[in-house]
Amino acid sequence: MKLQFTIEGGNFSNAGHAASEIKKMLKQLGIEARCIRNIVIAMYEAEVNVVAHAFEGQILVDIETDKITTEIIDKGPGIPDIELAMQEGYSTASKKVREMGFGAGMGLPNIKKNTDEFYIESTVNSGTTLKMINYF
Amino acid sequence: MSPAKRYHALTIDEQKCMGCTHCMKVCPTEAIRVAGGLAEIRADRCVDCGHCMRACPVKAIYVEQDDLQNIQSFKYRVVLFPAVMIGQFPEKYTEDQIYAALLKIGFTHVFEVEQPIGILKTSIKEYCRKSPDNRPHISTFCPAIVRLIQIRYPSLTENLIKRKAPHDLVAHFAISELKKQGAKEEEIGLFYVTPCNAKISSVKSPVGETESIVDGIINMDAIYNRVMKAIDDSEAADTSARRQNLTRDGILWSLTRGEARNFGERSMAIDGIHNVIRFLERLENEEVPDIDFLELRACDQSCAGGIMMTGNRFLTVERLERRAKRYPPTWKLQNSPAIKESKQLKQKLVADTIIPKPAFSLDKDRKRALEKMARAQRIICFLPGIDCGACGAPNCQALAEDMVNGKAKMSDCIFLQQMWENEGKIDTKKALRNVEKKWGEKRFQADCNKRGRRNEGF
Repeated sequence: MKLQFTIEGGNFSNAGHAASEIKKMLKQLGIEARCIRNIVIAMYEAEVNVVAHAFEGQILVDIETDKITTEIIDKGPGIPDIELAMQEGYSTASKKVREMGFGAGMGLPNIKKNTDEFYIESTVNSGTTLKMINYF
Repeated sequence: MSPAKRYHALTIDEQKCMGCTHCMKVCPTEAIRVAGGLAEIRADRCVDCGHCMRACPVKAIYVEQDDLQNIQSFKYRVVLFPAVMIGQFPEKYTEDQIYAALLKIGFTHVFEVEQPIGILKTSIKEYCRKSPDNRPHISTFCPAIVRLIQIRYPSLTENLIKRKAPHDLVAHFAISELKKQGAKEEEIGLFYVTPCNAKISSVKSPVGETESIVDGIINMDAIYNRVMKAIDDSEAADTSARRQNLTRDGILWSLTRGEARNFGERSMAIDGIHNVIRFLERLENEEVPDIDFLELRACDQSCAGGIMMTGNRFLTVERLERRAKRYPPTWKLQNSPAIKESKQLKQKLVADTIIPKPAFSLDKDRKRALEKMARAQRIICFLPGIDCGACGAPNCQALAEDMVNGKAKMSDCIFLQQMWENEGKIDTKKALRNVEKKWGEKRFQADCNKRGRRNEGF
């Protein structure tokens, strides 16, 4: 089953909406609690990333019987050095974002930790695409 | 009264239930449906929070209780009641007078539930220190919350503290105290006064324990009425010795922040089940900062707002806070003989692991569940999204889910049916029959004495 969500850059109050929707559905599918937790954590982190850094984004979710594939495509500044961004504690979040309790520089590493497969592509001044797969 | 569809402690009285949407609309787990003009509680989803009972305009949802006469078959008749009970009574009555009234009713021993709170407190602290991985630690005090986590947040069952609640502990405490006075176990009858229906289910079929040792349950409102009848204004005998183990922390325990104030560097207290749900959603997504201890209660103002409490919850809190000031803090009593001698109590404190009981899956088979979900998504396109409840389900999404599980049909939606009538796909008589099937025959005829008419019960 395919689902689609949009993310609005800068709107922190709405971050986590997609993650919560997906969580409800995975519970209805009877997926194991720990597995749901990993997926939801990764998704929430990814949503917050888009809200904090990009102008707008889209989440495409495909739920199959054995796995869930999530693509998060944003229009934004892109990531110049992905290897650096994957390090824990590295962050380019603005002071304003940090004051809101986000931007600790754990986002991408945390997403990777909570997914079975993780791919990232980014073009500076254009945008970033994440793809993550979790097997049930 | 004809007891009908019984589940846990909540029973729907078929004579009184008139078929409306109040209970269904407030249920936090979407456990209620209406069919044939009667509300129906789905056992696997009910967490015993009692919100439906509170919302019912015709008092058709009630709680079974044990007959107070049952106490007469025991030599030692012990009433166990939470300290919050005292807070209901007008201030002109002293604690001595309330205790005297309880003895007059027929009890021989009076125990406030929170007496051994010092032991519990120490044990919870120790548990939290020894299992740092399962943070935030979630209190198991409120049985409705424990069940909510089991069915709706199964991944958080690991965070529940494996310690018993005061009302289970006090039973052991009372037995050991009475044995010291020469009582035999079979001569002791323990009767627990409950502020809510969740504690009834928890006492009768405890989560995290194998059996309960309480002999009977008495509803708080029932004992309140009995005490008010028996109480008198004259000077009562000094009963302070019966409260010598009661502490400030104990009296405050069942109120909001009563636990949270004692544990962790960072602790939070949340009351009201809908507030708790919003927070647990976030907690499950790891959207919350590092927290050590969570006190979660289903009722607004915790037990002072218990479904079976009499009087105003805020007044009850105020009275209890003033009462608590007159009692010593727990640490002052830690060397008292009763507390020191209760070593065996400490072993009784440990509860079994609480297992998840997820109740929201569409099908046991994942492939079928996925198909059902896709179908429900398509059905949703046709439903109006008004969430009126006229179909007998709490909202359009719930109706769609019921449909894919064969428990409802498209024509249950009165708006869809209206459209079909307009398009000539269904005749008017059949349409009315459909609605009457849900809400009862002749339910829609004019009747000035109809139950649940405007403002009744509010």
